[in-house]
Amino acid sequence: MKFSLSWLKTWLETDAPLEDILATLNKIGLEVEGVENKAEALKPFTIAQIIEAQPHPNADRLRACRVTAGGAELSVVCGAPNARTGLKVVFAPPGATIPTSGLVLKIGEIRGVKSEGMLTSTRELGLGEDHEGIIELPEDAPIGANYAQWAGLDEPVIEISVTPNRGDALSVRGIARDLAAAGLGTLKPFAPAPIKGNGASAIQWANAYAEACPWILGRTIRGVKNGPSPAWLVKRLESIGLRPINALVDITNFFTFDLGRPLHVFDVTKINGPTLTLRRGQEGDSFPGLAGKEVQASHEDCVIADGAGAQSLAGITGGEGTGCDAATTDVFIECALFDRVKIAQTGQRAGIFSDARARFERGIDSQLLPEALDAATAMVLELCGGEASEITEAGSRPEWSRQAKLRFARLASFGGSDITPPEAIASLERLGFTVVTEDAASVTVAVPSWRNDVAQPPSLDQAPDLPGAMAAAEGAAEIEPEADLIEEVLRLKGLDAITPVSLPVASLVPAPILTPKQARTALARRVLATRGLLECVTFSFTDDASNALFGDAPESLRLANPISADLNQMRATPLATLAQAAARNLARGISDFGLFETGPAYAADTSQVLVAAGLRVGGTGLSALTPARAFDAMDAKADALTVLSALGVPMDAVTTIAGGPSYYHPGQSGALMQGPKTMLARFGTLHPNLTRALDLPTGTVAFEIFLDAIPEPKRRKKTAPALPPFQPLRRDFAFLVDESVGAEAVLRAARGAERSLVTGVALFDRYQGKGVPEGKVSLAIAVTLQPSEKSLTDAEIEAVCARIIAEVGKKTGAALRG
Amino acid sequence: MQSNHLKGLVETALPAIAAADAASLEELRVSLLGKNGNVTLLLKSLGGMDAEARKTAGAEINHAKMQITDALSARRAVLDSQALEQKLAAERIDVTQPPRPDSAGALHPLSRTQEELAAIFAAMGFAIAEGPDIESDWNNFSALNIPSHHPARAMMDTFYLTGDQVLRTHTSPVQIRTMLEWAKTEGLGESPAPIRIIVPGRTFRADHDATHSPMFHQCEGLVIGQGITLGHLKGCLIDFLRAYFGLPELPVRLRSSYFPFTEPSMEVDIGWNRKTGELGGGTDWLEIGGSGMVHPNVLANCGIDPRRFQGFAFGMGLERITMLKHGIADLRLFYESDVRWLRHYGASPLTPASLHEGL
Repeated sequence: MKFSLSWLKTWLETDAPLEDILATLNKIGLEVEGVENKAEALKPFTIAQIIEAQPHPNADRLRACRVTAGGAELSVVCGAPNARTGLKVVFAPPGATIPTSGLVLKIGEIRGVKSEGMLTSTRELGLGEDHEGIIELPEDAPIGANYAQWAGLDEPVIEISVTPNRGDALSVRGIARDLAAAGLGTLKPFAPAPIKGNGASAIQWANAYAEACPWILGRTIRGVKNGPSPAWLVKRLESIGLRPINALVDITNFFTFDLGRPLHVFDVTKINGPTLTLRRGQEGDSFPGLAGKEVQASHEDCVIADGAGAQSLAGITGGEGTGCDAATTDVFIECALFDRVKIAQTGQRAGIFSDARARFERGIDSQLLPEALDAATAMVLELCGGEASEITEAGSRPEWSRQAKLRFARLASFGGSDITPPEAIASLERLGFTVVTEDAASVTVAVPSWRNDVAQPPSLDQAPDLPGAMAAAEGAAEIEPEADLIEEVLRLKGLDAITPVSLPVASLVPAPILTPKQARTALARRVLATRGLLECVTFSFTDDASNALFGDAPESLRLANPISADLNQMRATPLATLAQAAARNLARGISDFGLFETGPAYAADTSQVLVAAGLRVGGTGLSALTPARAFDAMDAKADALTVLSALGVPMDAVTTIAGGPSYYHPGQSGALMQGPKTMLARFGTLHPNLTRALDLPTGTVAFEIFLDAIPEPKRRKKTAPALPPFQPLRRDFAFLVDESVGAEAVLRAARGAERSLVTGVALFDRYQGKGVPEGKVSLAIAVTLQPSEKSLTDAEIEAVCARIIAEVGKKTGAALRG
Repeated sequence: MQSNHLKGLVETALPAIAAADAASLEELRVSLLGKNGNVTLLLKSLGGMDAEARKTAGAEINHAKMQITDALSARRAVLDSQALEQKLAAERIDVTQPPRPDSAGALHPLSRTQEELAAIFAAMGFAIAEGPDIESDWNNFSALNIPSHHPARAMMDTFYLTGDQVLRTHTSPVQIRTMLEWAKTEGLGESPAPIRIIVPGRTFRADHDATHSPMFHQCEGLVIGQGITLGHLKGCLIDFLRAYFGLPELPVRLRSSYFPFTEPSMEVDIGWNRKTGELGGGTDWLEIGGSGMVHPNVLANCGIDPRRFQGFAFGMGLERITMLKHGIADLRLFYESDVRWLRHYGASPLTPASLHEGL
C-alpha cells in the first residue's frame, strides 16, 4: 500500500516529522517497506525551452537544438522526434545522473555538434513508461525552475506492507486513523453531505446470489462529461504508481485507496437492459476483463450480468465492454459489499490480483456504503457534471453488533504489560471502539465496523476425537476477542514497553535434551566428517528422470506444481542429489573428494526415513610417501562400519551380504545386516551406467546408512575387562576355500572355534592365481590367542589350532593350504 | 724387570687403543687380553712365582689389565657412538615434506547452527521435536488457523503433491503434532510437563531467486503452560539471540505484525549497522523472525483450552541467522555443495557446540 505524505495529511492533522511517522508506522504493525522522494533523484533537472531545433548536419535522426535553461544559451543534440522549436522541456545539465540508467552526463560532441546536456523522456526519469519522445511541458512552465518541484514530485511517498488481517489499513484514511490513535495527530472527520437524487436510477439492481453479496447500492448520473482528471487527482494517482485513465475511472481508483472502498463504474449506454443482476456464474459466462484478458466465471463465482450476459466478476474485475471512456455520458456507480471468503476463492480460482479483491477479501467497512456512494457521487458531479438519480439497492445493511471484553488483569498475565486500565480504554477509544460497560476488573467495548478482524465469529477446525474439544472451543470463543483487544492496546503502546522475563528453569543445570536418535544422528555426522567427508545439504527434490536412476519415481512423490521441471520429484535417497552435487564439483575441476548428507529419503507411501549417505570420488591425494590409491567399495564399507560402530552397534552382530539395488555395481556392493531382516547400511561401487548418466567417474563409491533402523544400544553397565597377565600369541593359517565363500565366514568360524582363547582374527592375504586351483581362493588369517589362566603348553596350542582348522573347514568347506 | 715390561706394555697399549678403529680395537683386545694375549700370558706366569712375588706382581698385572680394559671399553663407546651417528646421518629423511595425506572433513554450517541452537535452548529447558516434510493440509494450514480461503495461504507459495498433501511451508505443523499429543494425555486427566520445544527442519516454498530457495530451513519454538506471558516470549528471544550471536548487549526489538497462528503477532528485529553489516552496532534494524502468543483458535484446534493454558511461538530462518553470524553473502551456496565453500565455512567435527567451551 502506497501513499504520499500530502495524501496522508488530507486525513491526518499532524506536525510530526516524517521520521516520527515512519517509526510509528513500524511500531503499530504497518511495516514501512520503503520511502521514496522522486525529487531527490531529479534535483539537477530543470525546466528549459528549445529556442530553435534544426536538423543535425551529419545525422538524419538527430536534431541540433539551441536551448535555454535560464542561463547562457546551450547547444544540445537530441534524438527525439518531438524536439521542436519553442517546446518547454526537462533539461539535464552536465554532471546530472539519469535515474534509470545511472549514466552521468558529460559535455560531449555528437557527430561534430557540441552537446551540453540532455532533454529527457518520462521513462529516463523513472516517471513512467513513455519513451516515444521527450517530455512536453505546458507553455507556462517557468524556465530555469526545478522540474520536480514544479511538477509536485517533491514529497515522500511511503510504501507499507499491510498484513492480511488489516483490510482497514488498505486505505489512506485507515492509516491516518491508526497514526492518530498512536498519538501522532488528529483524524479529520469524514462526513459527506447526503446527495438527494432525482428520479429512479436508469439501472436497477437484482440480486440472485445474496450469499456472495449481502448488500449493494448504485446510482446513475446522467449527462456527465468524461475526460482527463484534474491535475490534483492525476498527481495523487501517479504518486502511488497508478496510471490515470479518465475522470470517472480515476474517481473509483481514488476511493479504493482513499477510503479502502472499491467502486465500479458502468457506462449506462453499454448495458443491455435496465437491470444488472448479481448471480452465480453460468456455463459460457465469459467477457474481456479490464486488464485485457478474457475472464471466465465458474458456478461458485458471483458475476454481474446484464441482458447480454456476465459483464463483471463481482468485486474482482470489471469488463471492457461496459467500462467508461471519453464518450461516456451516463454512468452507473456500483458500491457493494461482497462476502470475503467468496471473493478470496474466486480470486484464487481466477488468478486475478486486483486492488478491489485485496480489499474485499480482507474485509471492508460493511457500514460505509451510503456515505461512500455519496462521496463518490459528489466527486463525479464536481469533476464531470451531470445529474444524480436516486439510489438503487439490493439486500440490506448487515447487522453489526460485535462486542469484546477485556479483563484488565490479562494485560499483565497474558500481555506481560503494565498498561493501566484507563490507558487501555483510551487506546481502544482512539481506535474507534466504544465502551459499552465498564467495571473495576474489565471493560466491554463495541467493535467499530471497519475492524472486522476483531472479535470474529468463531471458526475452528478441530482435530477429531479430542477429549477436551468442547471446553477448548468454548475457551477460544471467550479468549479470542480479548486477545484481539490486548493486541490493539499493546501495539499502540509499543512492544518496547514490555519487560522481558527469562523463562524459569526447573534446574540451573540443564538436562540433556536430545533424544537418543537425535544424539546419534549428530554423532554420525561427526564421525563421517572426521573421516574426511564434507557435509552437504541438498534439495529434497530432483527431477523424476534422475531420481528414477535410484529406483522408482512414483507419482505419489511427484510435485503437482514444481517450480521447474528439474525439481519435480521427491528423492528416493539422498544419494540422488548428492551424486549431482559431486558432478557439479567435478565440472569445476575438483577431484578426489568425499561428500555426505544426513537427510530424508522419501518412500512411495510418502513416509520418510533418515539416511546418512555418502559418496567418494577419485582417490587418496597425491603423496611422495605412498602411492595415490583410488577409492573402492571397501572405503565406503569402512565409512559405514565406522559409523555403526560409533553408534554402539555390536560389530560381532553385523553381517555383510553381497549385492545391492540396481544403482550399485552388482559384484561390488553389499548390505550390512543386523540379524536376517534389519538392514543397517548399504555400500558399494556405483553402477557404471549410473555414473555415466550422471557424469561421474567410473568407480565412484557410495554408502547409505539407515539411521532409523539402528537399534538403540542397550544401556548396560560395562563388566570389568579381563586383563590377564599372560602374553597373547599369534598363529597364522592359510585356507583354500571356494571363491564363493566370503572371508567374513572364515573369520567368523575361526573366531568362534574357541571363544575363550581367540580374541582376534585378521585377514592379511587373499590370493588367487598360480598355485591355487581354479575356483578357489587362498585366505591367510592371523589368529590371536589370549590365555587367561596360565600360559599355554605347546600341546594345548596344537590342540587349539586343530580346532580352528576343523571349525573353519566345517563351516566353510575350507582346507588348510598345503 | 717384570714391572718395567708391564709398564712398557701399558704405555704402548693405551695410545694404540685410543687411536684404534673398530677392527683394530678388536685385534688389540685379542693381542692383550685374549687367550694368548700379552696380559693374559703375564697373568699365567704368576703361577711360577713365590707367594710374595706373586702378590706384588699380581696386583701390578691386574692394575694394568684394568687400565687396558677401561681403555678398550672407553674406546668402544666412542666408536659405537660414532658409528651410530653415521648410521643416523645416513637415515636422514626430509622432514619438511608433507606427511601422508589425510583429507579433512567438515560439518555444514547449517548443522553447526542447529547444534548451537540445541545447546542454547537446552539451557532454557527446551526439547527438540521433529516432524515429516510431507504434511497434511490440516497440519500445515487449517489447524494453524489458516482456512483454505485465507489470503495468507496464497502468500505461502505452497508445493502440492498429488492428493491432499503438501510440502510443509514452515515447521509449524510440528507445533500441531506436539500439542495434539499433549492434549490427548492432558485430556485424559494426566498432567504432562508443559511444552517447551524447538523444531529445526526443512521447509519448502515455490520461490527461487537470489534470496529465496525452494527448500530452506526454519527453527520453530513453542512454549505452552500456565502463566506464560508475552514478557517470557521477549525474554526467551533476547536470551537466545544474545547467546547465539555472542553479543550480550545485542539490541532486540519486537514489532507488531500479523500471523494467523499467533495473537498478538510480532516480528523480531535485531540491531545492526546496515552499511558495515556489524551486528549490535549502528542504528538500523534487521528482521530475523516472527513470533507471538499462540492463537486461541490454534490451541482449541488441538484440544487445549485457552482459558487454562497459553504460551508463545516463534520461528526463524536458519540460513538467515547462519549468514548473519558468519558473514555469508549468498544463500544459494548453502545447497550448491561446492567443495571449496564447504571447506571454507564448514565446522570442525571435533568441536561440538557447547556452552562451556563457547559457541
